[in-house]
Amino acid sequence: MSGASLILLAIALPLAGALGIALTHARPNLREAVSLATAAGLAVVVWTLLPEVLAGARPSFELMTLMPGLAIRFAVEPLGALFASLASLLWIVNTIYSIGYMRGNRERHQTRFYILFAVALFATIGIAFAGNLITLFIFYEVLTLSTYPLVAHKGDAKTVASARVYLGVLLATSIGLLLPAIIWTWRTAGTVDFTPGGILDGRISGPAVGLLLALFMFGTGKAALMPVHRWLPAAMVAPTPVSALLHAVAVVKAGVFVVTKLVVYVFGVDFLHAQASAGWLLYVAGFTTIAASVVALRQDNLKRLLAYSTVAQLSYVTLAAALYRPAAEVGAALHIAAHGLGKITLFFAAGSIYTAAKKTEISQLDGIGRRMPWTLAAFTIGALAMIGLPPTAGFVSKWQILMGSLESGAWFAVAVIVVSTALNAAYFLPIVHRAWFRTESSAPAAGHGEAPWPVVLAVTATAALTVAFFFFHRPVLELAWQIVGAAP
Amino acid sequence: MWQEQLPALAIAVPLAAAPLAALLRGHSASWALATLASTVSLIVAVLLAIAVGDVDPISYDVGSWPAPYGIELRITSFSALLLTIITGASSVVLIGGKQSLDAQITPSRRPFFFAAWLLAVGGLAGIVASGDAFNIFVFMEVSSLATYILIAGGSEPRALIAVFKYLIMGTIGATFYLIGIGLIYMMTGTLNLTDMETRIQDVSDLKPILAAVGFVTLGLMLKAGVFPLHVWLPNAYAWSPHIVTAFIAACSTKVSLYVLLRFDFMVFQGSLAGHDIQFSGFLMPLAVLTVLVASGVAMFEGNLKRLLAYSSVAQVGYIVLGASLMTVSGLTAGIVHMFNHALAKGTMFLAVACIATRLTSLRLEDLAGIGRRMPWSMAAFLLAALGLIGIPGTAGFISKWYLVLAALEAGTLGVLLVAVILISSLMAVYYVWRIVEVAWFRAPAAAGPVTREVPPMMLAILWAAALANVWFGLQPGLPLALSGAAATSLLGHLK
Repeated sequence: MSGASLILLAIALPLAGALGIALTHARPNLREAVSLATAAGLAVVVWTLLPEVLAGARPSFELMTLMPGLAIRFAVEPLGALFASLASLLWIVNTIYSIGYMRGNRERHQTRFYILFAVALFATIGIAFAGNLITLFIFYEVLTLSTYPLVAHKGDAKTVASARVYLGVLLATSIGLLLPAIIWTWRTAGTVDFTPGGILDGRISGPAVGLLLALFMFGTGKAALMPVHRWLPAAMVAPTPVSALLHAVAVVKAGVFVVTKLVVYVFGVDFLHAQASAGWLLYVAGFTTIAASVVALRQDNLKRLLAYSTVAQLSYVTLAAALYRPAAEVGAALHIAAHGLGKITLFFAAGSIYTAAKKTEISQLDGIGRRMPWTLAAFTIGALAMIGLPPTAGFVSKWQILMGSLESGAWFAVAVIVVSTALNAAYFLPIVHRAWFRTESSAPAAGHGEAPWPVVLAVTATAALTVAFFFFHRPVLELAWQIVGAAP
Repeated sequence: MWQEQLPALAIAVPLAAAPLAALLRGHSASWALATLASTVSLIVAVLLAIAVGDVDPISYDVGSWPAPYGIELRITSFSALLLTIITGASSVVLIGGKQSLDAQITPSRRPFFFAAWLLAVGGLAGIVASGDAFNIFVFMEVSSLATYILIAGGSEPRALIAVFKYLIMGTIGATFYLIGIGLIYMMTGTLNLTDMETRIQDVSDLKPILAAVGFVTLGLMLKAGVFPLHVWLPNAYAWSPHIVTAFIAACSTKVSLYVLLRFDFMVFQGSLAGHDIQFSGFLMPLAVLTVLVASGVAMFEGNLKRLLAYSSVAQVGYIVLGASLMTVSGLTAGIVHMFNHALAKGTMFLAVACIATRLTSLRLEDLAGIGRRMPWSMAAFLLAALGLIGIPGTAGFISKWYLVLAALEAGTLGVLLVAVILISSLMAVYYVWRIVEVAWFRAPAAAGPVTREVPPMMLAILWAAALANVWFGLQPGLPLALSGAAATSLLGHLK
């Protein structure tokens, strides 16, 4: 099959899946089979594209012309391929997990849940493969709108209020800042296509660059740069599979993916490096990392802690992108994958604990490791990945970002990485210690063991992937270097 | 050849069908005739829209009396677009809204109601097809009087007060317009717009013309509902039969804006020194206020139809804002928004008509849980509402894109205008989401009636309209081409 038809297939498959799920709503087993088959099919399609991209091909596909000179166009480049393959792979695991979680907790509206999940993945693939800013924007908004009902899933007053914050921040930033930035780019450059080396060099200069960059960066609310990060903790009212795949991988990674993509393909790394007015981003990202870590230190609710940790880790990616050096961009790309694997493991573990023990606070977790060894082992691996210790994925990406910082002599970035690593350790290690080495204060009323097997299977799988990434990251590294047009 | 008669048919078909409809008896005979005539007019309008792609404008001399002595019909890209909006809106809501009309219009009144409907369609079509200032006035009166009947045609007593207010304001507007063309006629001796354009150059004493500018502009602004002359509009929309609201919200204010733009650019812009700056300087602040004030009121309005009515006022502001930029892109944005907003608001009011067949009150708190009870109707409503916000993939996005692009061309001032456009988009997010939360996330009142979805036919038309919002969001070629040509030809009168 040609590259173009594979792209079309990858976009269409989740939508077809959503339809299939809707049609089989009366038969839950069949419905879940459709979900799983769609996820697997999508992964096969996306991973079939990978070798081609790795070999240097850049398949593209134009769906339709929107306005003169503006088309809905898809083009697969290494960063998008990396993001899409990550999301599609984890969707399979997440579907298995969802089945266990949603049934284990007897959640309502399960059909709606699976349909919207498929639509969200459709949007994610659209973002990953978007060939220009306008296509990217369309799918970005679809992702926001399709995940809003997932956040509000529970439907009580508190949940709806949180979902309002979620939607409000994401729509306000995208319509208020991102859209004008795109239109400004279109007017200035005459194109919005993603082009290696950027499209703005020589077209815009001086403080305007910094301003446009600010519109783009704060407009991409999904990247959760402070002060537009509020939606992410708010989104934690969603069922855990949503937090895991969407608010640790698809949605938030879409944000930092857009950030990296903008730096590399719209502004151009070298162009931004030469602009004094673009320097502020590094400091805002650094501040966000440290501030979010400090806030995370003080959380007792496990999912909120993970949310603030995500805010901090996302800014790692932005920080790396903001160094405007090829090696650092590679680090940014690697961290998108590495953090995704680690954080989904942590969320899976949190959901597993909730399903089996109905516990949500860290202070309740004394000695839980002995009751749920698989879950907590996975949690430990995830925590190591967040801190950036071997043998986990986090080490690989953090190493690369550090190399990038040292190469460009950005001591501020180095300091941020060192301090935040210490902070990460300070809020993750006590949880690990509590779970394994303290004894339960009192035995739970109803004794519990592990969560349902699909949940345990999923959490083990992502933990294994997190470790595997440490040993077998070579192809990913090669792909990442292609983003900046170089070899490792 | 029959094609040459198309401009006349656009007006003649609904006008000729009107008295027939009044004579028909039987359960739905008058409705069927109105629908048929409306659909035929739509076909005529689409044929004209295609034809103006080759010949622009198409001129037609009524009774073969040549202009400027006879009455001229003049179909431009602009008028073809408006004709399509008018006849399209009329046909869609008549077909899709039959159940709602049956529920709201008593059988004895129906023949006259549908006769008035056809007169309104014919009058509006006449306004946009006519190339003669006085004829425009005549058709304006025909359509206005018919519209008053339509608004008061239901059984809602509050509609009578609303329509009385509308009647007073509408008459003042029409009178102002008449005084304006009277003054121009006095100075030029012609009523044909094209002729006026050339003859006005020879007028030495410009004072009466300047007065005419004021009268015509104010009169039409009143009829279009530009802030602060919009006060008649929300109640007229809120208390009229639901299907009437869907129809007039889609086209009536836009037709007045059409006349305003056509008149101003053809007759005044080219002949009065500094008029372009005055036009822009007068309308732009009003447009900005319209957008912000009306959106602001919509954010706190408690009745669904009044909320949407205020949103319509705000959208009129967008159209005027685009026009006040006085550039090709600005005018294109304004004109294409006439089409896109007609699509979005028409769909939304049609959805309101659907849910109103099952509910007695349209206050927001009474809509609790309606999204679960009537999922298809409300999903269509939401789709159109996303277009109103300007979410990409919907027609509303296309207008917003062009409007922001046009504003950016205006330099520093443009940045402020962009801010206004975006802030009002966010206000739209707010008022749309109030509806969404009530409809989907609030449990329905336990004692409330059990509501079901409307019949499939109604849903099919509603969804056709909703999907048209997406279609024209992804394939905006035809409306954009017509709007672009309209904008270019309007600006062509500027020398």
